[in-house]
Amino acid sequence: MSEHHHDHDHDHSELSETELRVRALETILTEKGYVEPAALDAIIQAYETKIGPHNGARVVAKAWTDPAFKKALLEDGSKAIGTLGHVSRVGDHLVVVENTPERHNMVVCTLCSCYPWEMLGLPPVWYKAAPYRSRAVKDPRGVLADFDVTLPKDIEIRVWDSTAETRFLVLPMRPAGTEGWSEEQLAELVTRDSMIGTGFPRMPGAPS
Amino acid sequence: MNGVHDMGGMDGFGKVEAELNEPVFHEEWESRVLAMVRAMGAAGAFNIDTSRFYRESLPPHVYLSSSYYKKWFLGLEEMLIEKGYLTREEVAAGHAMQPGKALKHGKFDLTQVERIMVRGKFARPAPAPARFNIGDRVRAKNIHPATHTRLPRYVRGHVGVVELNHGCHVFPDSAAMELGENPQWLYTVVFEGRDLWGEDGDPTLKVSIDAFEPYLDPA
Repeated sequence: MSEHHHDHDHDHSELSETELRVRALETILTEKGYVEPAALDAIIQAYETKIGPHNGARVVAKAWTDPAFKKALLEDGSKAIGTLGHVSRVGDHLVVVENTPERHNMVVCTLCSCYPWEMLGLPPVWYKAAPYRSRAVKDPRGVLADFDVTLPKDIEIRVWDSTAETRFLVLPMRPAGTEGWSEEQLAELVTRDSMIGTGFPRMPGAPS
Repeated sequence: MNGVHDMGGMDGFGKVEAELNEPVFHEEWESRVLAMVRAMGAAGAFNIDTSRFYRESLPPHVYLSSSYYKKWFLGLEEMLIEKGYLTREEVAAGHAMQPGKALKHGKFDLTQVERIMVRGKFARPAPAPARFNIGDRVRAKNIHPATHTRLPRYVRGHVGVVELNHGCHVFPDSAAMELGENPQWLYTVVFEGRDLWGEDGDPTLKVSIDAFEPYLDPA
């Protein structure tokens, strides 16, 4: 299984077959007048610089500090996030699911790679790869062990398989010892994995 | 289709290996592939369901041995050839040899970038009332279409409970085959882990899928 693309040994001065084919395709699409290369650059730049887990972290931090926002967020994620002008435009169909002492939520897409891009950026390789997609729905505790995450024995685990255009974001539990913290401080504790359900937020004082 | 992409519940793929401080892209070409897929989709060359179907249709050994963006590339190239946007001769030559085919939404240029940074809308007006209510017990149908479907194998034949109603959405099974949007009610249906995986399954596990109404029977 080589979902990971780690061709570190090859000579980078020589283009791989895939690189050549990708370049050829872009040349053809450009010559035929379908796309403008500068527009492709702009798409890439947006994914590299604007869209990432910091968007979701701000939403989570706000939910931790603003009970009315949290209630609205759990009722209609897209609508509630739409009221925050500064967060990336999430579009429709975002469902926010809350972790509690009784229930831990975890998100997967067994069929492909559906993921809340606007909240978390592009998914990491492991999220799109066979080990996670195959096992998350059958043995989520085993998957969590791969992340060094252990849950209490009796807690319910709810796995959300993203099989349609609905997207799921986990609202993790606020870490203890953060009373009086600002939204900005709290957002620093919110990790990408805590919003997928494969991790927890950082504890106060832990290295970021 | 019952392809290797439908991975839920398969064994033997090993540990989940997360990469520390993973970059957004590992190679520059990956970013070009992502951008081309987004651009050509936005220009109207194909819909998201058709693009998924082309990736699923890669031969199983190719699907399993190709990196994520390699699958995107292979699916994109084949789809654009089959839809008449380019030819195999052009791909072999690495250059255009004839004028382009008209795109539904025109050329993808810089003015188009902003609009694709907002997620598309998939909700549609309801053609009929919803058949199921929240709390209803439903059975996922035992269907095996050779074409695109979003009903994973691991729930087929099993009984679950309707938990959420998301309204009517574009039906991927129709859209992927370019048979129209055919909107259908979409529900979150939750299954007990042990109903799916047997007595040895995790007793604390519940798994939900988002299921279109045609995937479900009353139970």
